[in-house]
Amino acid sequence: MNGYSRRDFVKSGGALLALSSLPLSMVELAFGKGDAQRFTFAYISDSHITQIKGREFVRNWDRGLIRAVTEANLLDPRPDFFFYGGDIAQLGKRAEIDHGLDILSALRGQTHYVIGEHDYYLDLGDYWRKQLGPDHYSFDHKGVHFVVLNSILTYDHWTHDRWGSGEERMQQMARLDNPQGSPFMVGEAQRKWLQQDLSKVSRDTPLVVFSHSPLQKIYKGWNFWTDDAEQVQALLEPFAKVTVLYGHVHQIQTNQIGNISFHAAMATAWPWPYPATYRQQASYLPKLTVNMNRADPFFERDATGWQFIDLHSGLANVHYTLPGNRNRVVAFDEKLGHPADLRYRLAANREPSQTHY
Amino acid sequence: MIKRLSLSCLLLGASFTTSAGLLGLPPVPVPVDNPQTPEKIALGKRLFNDARFSADGKVSCATCHQQAKAFTDGLPVSKGFNDLTGTRNAPTVINAAYMRSLFWDGREPDLEGQSMQPPVNPVEGGLPDHGPQLRVIRGDPEYVRAFKRVFGVEAGQIAMEHVAKAIASFERTILAGDSPFDRYFYGADQTAMTAEQVQGLKLFVGKGRCVSCHRIEQTQALFTDNRFHNIGIGFKKIRGKEQEIAAAYLQSKHRGANVDVTVLTKQDMSELGRFAVTENVTQVGAFKTPTLRNIAETGPYMHDGSLETLEDVIDFYNNGGRVKENDPLSGFLSGGIRPLDLSDREKQQLVAFLKALTSHQLEQLTQR
Repeated sequence: MNGYSRRDFVKSGGALLALSSLPLSMVELAFGKGDAQRFTFAYISDSHITQIKGREFVRNWDRGLIRAVTEANLLDPRPDFFFYGGDIAQLGKRAEIDHGLDILSALRGQTHYVIGEHDYYLDLGDYWRKQLGPDHYSFDHKGVHFVVLNSILTYDHWTHDRWGSGEERMQQMARLDNPQGSPFMVGEAQRKWLQQDLSKVSRDTPLVVFSHSPLQKIYKGWNFWTDDAEQVQALLEPFAKVTVLYGHVHQIQTNQIGNISFHAAMATAWPWPYPATYRQQASYLPKLTVNMNRADPFFERDATGWQFIDLHSGLANVHYTLPGNRNRVVAFDEKLGHPADLRYRLAANREPSQTHY
Repeated sequence: MIKRLSLSCLLLGASFTTSAGLLGLPPVPVPVDNPQTPEKIALGKRLFNDARFSADGKVSCATCHQQAKAFTDGLPVSKGFNDLTGTRNAPTVINAAYMRSLFWDGREPDLEGQSMQPPVNPVEGGLPDHGPQLRVIRGDPEYVRAFKRVFGVEAGQIAMEHVAKAIASFERTILAGDSPFDRYFYGADQTAMTAEQVQGLKLFVGKGRCVSCHRIEQTQALFTDNRFHNIGIGFKKIRGKEQEIAAAYLQSKHRGANVDVTVLTKQDMSELGRFAVTENVTQVGAFKTPTLRNIAETGPYMHDGSLETLEDVIDFYNNGGRVKENDPLSGFLSGGIRPLDLSDREKQQLVAFLKALTSHQLEQLTQR
């Protein structure tokens, strides 16, 4: 009877073990310094909390973030900390940031924050920094060096000289395909800071770098782009193991450039289509990306979600937790030398919807 | 061990179906290895009604799935042997033939697997294993003759596989279609529903958003999407303790605890819903969308039978997944559940429409 039941769980479940079933069978390499340990952290991003008026906010975005927070609190073993990948707010308003932080305060553990353009361009990040501290910083955890960058800066003249008000500036930066837009960048000052910060870190220490926009160039029209990406990558190049995690794109993206693995985060608010499918224009979507599938476009949380990162030997396995969909794992494959989707890496295993979005 | 095909595979194959012949229903999917025959259906019906397959000799499938109550028991949660209660409301057998998974949490993929569980559940049939059930059958000359005729097996060869197949075959005949709704919607009979019910249908597919999960298709309506949703029911029972309960559940499951037993005997773990089966954190408190066929006769409602009337159900949805307007909401709540702003008149119209889903020929259909 028991054997019968267990077989059926496998059969009817067919889903993914998010809890207590990290792929421990994966090869664990020794760390350079030999003192790093395996640990996990959760990564939530792009909630775009939108104020309607007063205490009234767009319900669907609220529920998306609440759901991610509630689910992330179930992780077992407990994550060491949480990361929030940027764009708490939609238009950078205090009420939006406050409301988002109120929801995020339910996370059981410490949360580190990345700033997004929607948090920034109303008041150039003043309120965000007042609530959360510096917008670029670093820290060490269990033998891994974590770096957080503000990657959504742009040219000073665009930021300071062009717009009649902060609201107008915010609205302009929030638009896709905006001929008045301006590309994101980390900027020279922060790159200098990064260089200094990294000068104190040994080359065999694993690095995990957070930014809001991708530190690689994918599609400029939507700012899936950081203008000085190559210069930032050059600073990361000397290190043996580097993982870059970013938000902004609201979709699964996977890449490997030299020593650097790239992973994008899902949004809790809404999914963006892949640029080429929507704009019918060329984009530099990395080849390693297996598109997110959208089982049901009528399901209001479809193709949204959050992720937790299983960091072992300085390499990241990203577990995408996708309500109403099949969870995904993009893990670093030692043999291939880059991250690969555990289920969908081979084209033959993909589902038809993955060729559309 | 039974070799089974999942219904989804069959639906893709689509060649082994039997016609329901009822307005508003698709053909009934039938597993390749368990074709329908009149003798098998009759045998299944007898097994379904046999109370000897329980520890006190009083509980049969029909105890909780009574034909007179549209194949439910009218209780919030079912009573097993010695009046022990479980954690969940008995779902109707009506149109279970179309379900892509069985039980509220979908822990069995098909009817064949489903019927094997209750006799050996400690709060249902209460048998230690299937041995006593098989002994009764093998010792009953009428059963022995019937199994020989249907499956070609001698008494000693009768196995649970055969019992399960026969019961499933009977259940595949319990169908409800051709209701006033079907005659109105698929039969172009404008008089089949009242004006109030017609308004209710508009709300059902519009402002009420019911159809998002309780689906109506162009040629058929099963009133389910065969998916799992957290609609807020049962949330209060585990509020704030989800993490501890989920962790304790997984520990016990990974040590070998039986899911069927756990979810029917542990009130708090029962509320984990689909998560108990898949261990997927996105499915905590999610339960399967039930059919709405004959819904007026299958109360009380919801997986825990916590809502007594259809009016209560509409109020619950109107409040965005809560009994009272200001109750807290579950963090796991499905995004589709939101306040609906229905007027009292609109609520009445919806209830009126739900009553148009009752198929009065059900009795006649099952008298065979």
